[in-house]
Formats: sequence, structure tokens, C-alpha cells
Amino acid sequence: MLTDITLGQYFPGNSPLHQMDARVKIVLLFFYIISIFLFDENLNYAIMTASAVLLICLSRLPVIMVLKSIKPLWWIILFSFFMHIFSTPGEALVKVWIFEITREGILRGFIISLRLVLLIMISSLLMFTTSPLKLTDALESLMSPLKGVGFPAHELAMMMTIAMRFIPTLLEETDKIIKAQQSRGSDIGDGNVIQRTKGMLPVLVPLFISAFRRADELSVAMEARCYRGGAGRSRMKQQRVHKIDYIATVVFIIFIGVLAVVQVMVK
Amino acid sequence: MSIQLKNISYTYMAKTPYEHLALDDVSLTIPEGKITAIAGHTGSGKSTLIQHFNGLLKPDSGTVLVDDVDIGTKSTAAKQARRKVGVAFQYPEYQLFEETIALDIAFGPKNMGCTPEEIQDRVKYAMEFVNLDYDKYAERSPFQLSGGQKRRAAIAGILALKPKYLVLDEPTAGLDPSGRQYLMERFMRLHREEGTTIVLISHNMDNIASYADNVVILSKGKVLLQDTPEEVFRNEEAIKAAGLDLPEIKVILNELVSAGLDIDNRSYTMNKAVAEILEGLRRQGRC
Ligand SMILES: Nc1ncnc2c1ncn2[C@@H]1O[C@H](COP(=O)(O)OP(=O)(O)OP(=O)(O)O)[C@@H](O)[C@H]1O
Ligand SMILES: [Mg+2]
Repeated sequence: MLTDITLGQYFPGNSPLHQMDARVKIVLLFFYIISIFLFDENLNYAIMTASAVLLICLSRLPVIMVLKSIKPLWWIILFSFFMHIFSTPGEALVKVWIFEITREGILRGFIISLRLVLLIMISSLLMFTTSPLKLTDALESLMSPLKGVGFPAHELAMMMTIAMRFIPTLLEETDKIIKAQQSRGSDIGDGNVIQRTKGMLPVLVPLFISAFRRADELSVAMEARCYRGGAGRSRMKQQRVHKIDYIATVVFIIFIGVLAVVQVMVK
Repeated sequence: MSIQLKNISYTYMAKTPYEHLALDDVSLTIPEGKITAIAGHTGSGKSTLIQHFNGLLKPDSGTVLVDDVDIGTKSTAAKQARRKVGVAFQYPEYQLFEETIALDIAFGPKNMGCTPEEIQDRVKYAMEFVNLDYDKYAERSPFQLSGGQKRRAAIAGILALKPKYLVLDEPTAGLDPSGRQYLMERFMRLHREEGTTIVLISHNMDNIASYADNVVILSKGKVLLQDTPEEVFRNEEAIKAAGLDLPEIKVILNELVSAGLDIDNRSYTMNKAVAEILEGLRRQGRC
């Protein structure tokens, strides 16, 4: 069913990762991603992989779910793996026509894929352990220094929040409309291109109408509650940095330090 | 001939943290030519259940038979069997999409492959059925209608299919009392005159008591009771436990019995109850 798609994939829980402040998580994730690309020693990759496994354990998420997050980008990973296998010069292992598989190629392909996998898994850990609302709040407050130069941080965050709030609703509505038209005998998704496009109309028209109506109602409801944009607006849920965030930051700095030391030592 | 559900289970959002078992091993029969009412507390799975009747939802386990054909398969017979069942959804207004009401109502018959004359006839029939004046409304946009009129237009869209089994998910919720009364009477006439089997989801136990031949009570995704109204309304404890009320008439009869009047409190329709009360009073020599 259409509504089975969970947006943002937030998985409610109470693990240390869930408890951390979203801003701290975003900043740490940012530096983690940089370090994935900065430190390219094999030992460092081992350390980073271990840290990722540790984080997954710490998050208490079903491992399958975290692994599944790679699925959408599976093809890109495979593609870059094979690109490197064939395109890296070095000691040839197998030769097929003009293609050469080299030892260096396999290693390089493996490392590149590992980087991508780490990148996706760590980013999705953020999505899994942070509710969309907290995420946009955090983004807003991280972007707020830019407000001084006229950057609409609040408006952007508000737009994201609204979009995220309404995507599941719209999906649900689409599902309902498709079912209603199917029970009137329409075969949505059958036939050639023209027939299929025509078949979409009975779904799209009601969907758009309801989306516009919802947008209208929402704007009236917001105005009725005196919403006037970000200036002077306070929050119901204040974002606070707790002990756990300090601990995480310290551990993370040590982690980066170790990576840096390894990098320099091996060189 | 009937709609038969055998051990149907259905889970929403399976394998996610939001997993919800909406139907749990449901088995029931909708006999042909009868009016079956389905009642249950909000969230008990009524709407989920009826979406299985014409294959809109595929059960995780179990089979649905319409006139002894398994509708879960891909065969032409299964497709034809699914078409015998017309489902009017809860709040069906959102299915309107065409430029005019007549075109919208014609959508179903057109999909069935009816001839233009047949379509025209069916549109007129369906609009008359729901009390929308053809000459006045046929060429109007469905989006210019009031909420109640939209509801009627949407129900007309299902009626134009002339299904053998008509499934109505709270068709009168949100309509004014006279509109409610009119539609219910009209459905009953359809049942009497054409022998259409009707499945009615309703929260209104009085409605159920006065119209249904069979009652199914759902509770938390399970069939709690499935019998004639008389038998079902006897299980007062179970009905209350399912979060439902007894029909008003039943409540009055119960009160009278506990006040010492010697009557049979099994009746649930107005006429029978009145006769019963008079009879009881006469027996006690008070009338
Ligand atoms: N699309 C959906 N996704 C997830 N859960 C759903 C979905 N639709 C319904 N449910 C859940 O399944 C259960 C049964 O829902 P259903 O709509 O069948 O109830 P209902 O008996 O028709 O209630 P009502 O009387 O309010 O119409 C509810 O708990 C509901 O939260
Ligand atoms: Mg319902």
C-alpha cells in the first residue's frame, strides 16, 4: 500500500542517540562525513566501520532497518565499485577482452563502496533517531546566524515542517482516492501511455483539490492563531544541550583525534 | 450465493514500528438478498473489513469468496465477481473529479463498458435515487455543491454501477435528519424492489434495529457477534463491552421490565415493542 512509506523514517525510541539534541547530532554528523572523506588510511576505515557498528548498537534500532536504508542507493554503490575495479591500473588478476581487473582496483572499489555505505548509514541514523519536527527546528536554529544577512531561516524551516507534516496525509489521501476510483471500475495503471495518463486524472483532480483546500484551511488556521513569521516567536519545546551531548562531543573529538593520529603515523 | 470471508487477517504498515493488526482472523458471511449491518466502535476495523469485499485490500491471510468465486486471483471470473460488489466509502465526497455531475456519475458505468444510452439512463436513475434534480444539477460542477449534495452525488456514482451487493460505509453520517431518513428509506426500497443485498455500516443502533436482517458486531478487529438482531441485542454485556449502545427501544423495554412490568424484552422494533407493552399492561389489568 502507498501509505506504507514512512517519511523521514523516524523510529521512535529512547536510546542515547534519540536523547541527544538534534543540533549536536547534525553538527557531529557533518564532521563525521568530512572525516570519512579526509582520512583514507585502511586502518582508519576499520576504525570508522567499528564506530558505525557501535553507533547502530547504541541506537537500539533493528539492524535490518538500518541496512535497508542502503537499498535505494544500492545501484550507485555497485556501479562505483565496478567502475573502480576496471579502471584502476595495477597488478592484473583477470583480463576479459579490454577490461582488466586489478588487485588495486578491487581494493579501491571496496574502499569507495565502504565510504558510501558508511555515509548513508550514519546519515540515516540521524533520520531514524530524530523526529522530523526536531530536525527542522534544529536546522532553523543552526541557520539562524544567517538571518542577519536576510536569509529566511525560519520560513524555510516552517516550509519543511509543513511539507513533512502533509506528505503522509497526501499519500493517505491518494491511497483513498485510488481505492474509491478503483471501486468504480477504473483500472489505474493499466493499458498504454495515453490510457494510463487518462487513468491518472480521476486521482489527480481530487488530490489537487484537496491539497489546495488543505493549504487554504491551514493558512487560515495559522493566521487565526496570529502567526506572523519568525520574529519574536518563542517555542513550546525548547532545545537544550544536556550532559549526554557533552559526553558525545568529547567522545567524538577523541575519535577524530585518533583518526588524525593514525593518519599521520601511518604516513 | 453470498459474500464469504474466511479467516481474514490484515495488518496496516506491517514490519514498521507503526504496525497495526486491523483485522484478526475474521470469518463472516453476507447472505444474498438480506440487509446486513456492521457495527463497532471507532477503529474496530469496519472500513478495513469492507475494503476486502471487492478486493481493494488483499488480506494477509484468508480468502474472500463472492458468489463462490475467490476474488483474490487474477482470473476474469475474479474480476467479474469483484464488480458485483459496489462500495460507497465513508465520506465519499473526495472521489468526485469530473467537470459535471452527470459525467462524474457516468464514470463507473463507462468503465463497465455500458452503451451511451444505458449510461444516460443510469445517470438519471442514480440522480433521482439520491434526490438530486437531473435538470437542475446534471450540468453543474460537482465542486459547486454543498457538502451534503456532494455526498449524494458521490453515492449516486456507486449506485450507477447497479451492484448486486451494495456496501455503504456510514452513508448518512453528516447529513441532515430528513436527508438521512430519505436515503435510508430509498435504500430499503431498492432492497425490496430489486432484491439488492445491502451491507450497512452504522453507528446508529436504532437504524440497525429497524432495518437489518443480520448484525455483525466488530470489536478490536475481531467478530464479536454475528446473528439476527434479536439474538445479537440479547448479549447486552458484550455489546456494551464493545463500546456500543443498545437501541433506544431495547433500553426502554429493559427499564419497564426492571420496573416490574411482565413483558418479553426481546423486541427491538417500534411496532413489536408497542404491541408487547400493551399486551403486558393488559395482562396486569392496567389497560
Ligand atoms: N491507512 C492506514 N494506515 C494505518 N493504519 C490504519 C489505516 N487505516 C486504518 N488504520 C487503523 O486500523 C484500525 C481500523 O480502522 P478502520 O478505518 O477500519 O476503523 P473503522 O471501524 O472504520 O472506524 P470508524 O468508525 O472511525 O470509521 C484503526 O485503528 C486505524 O487506526
Ligand atoms: Mg470507518
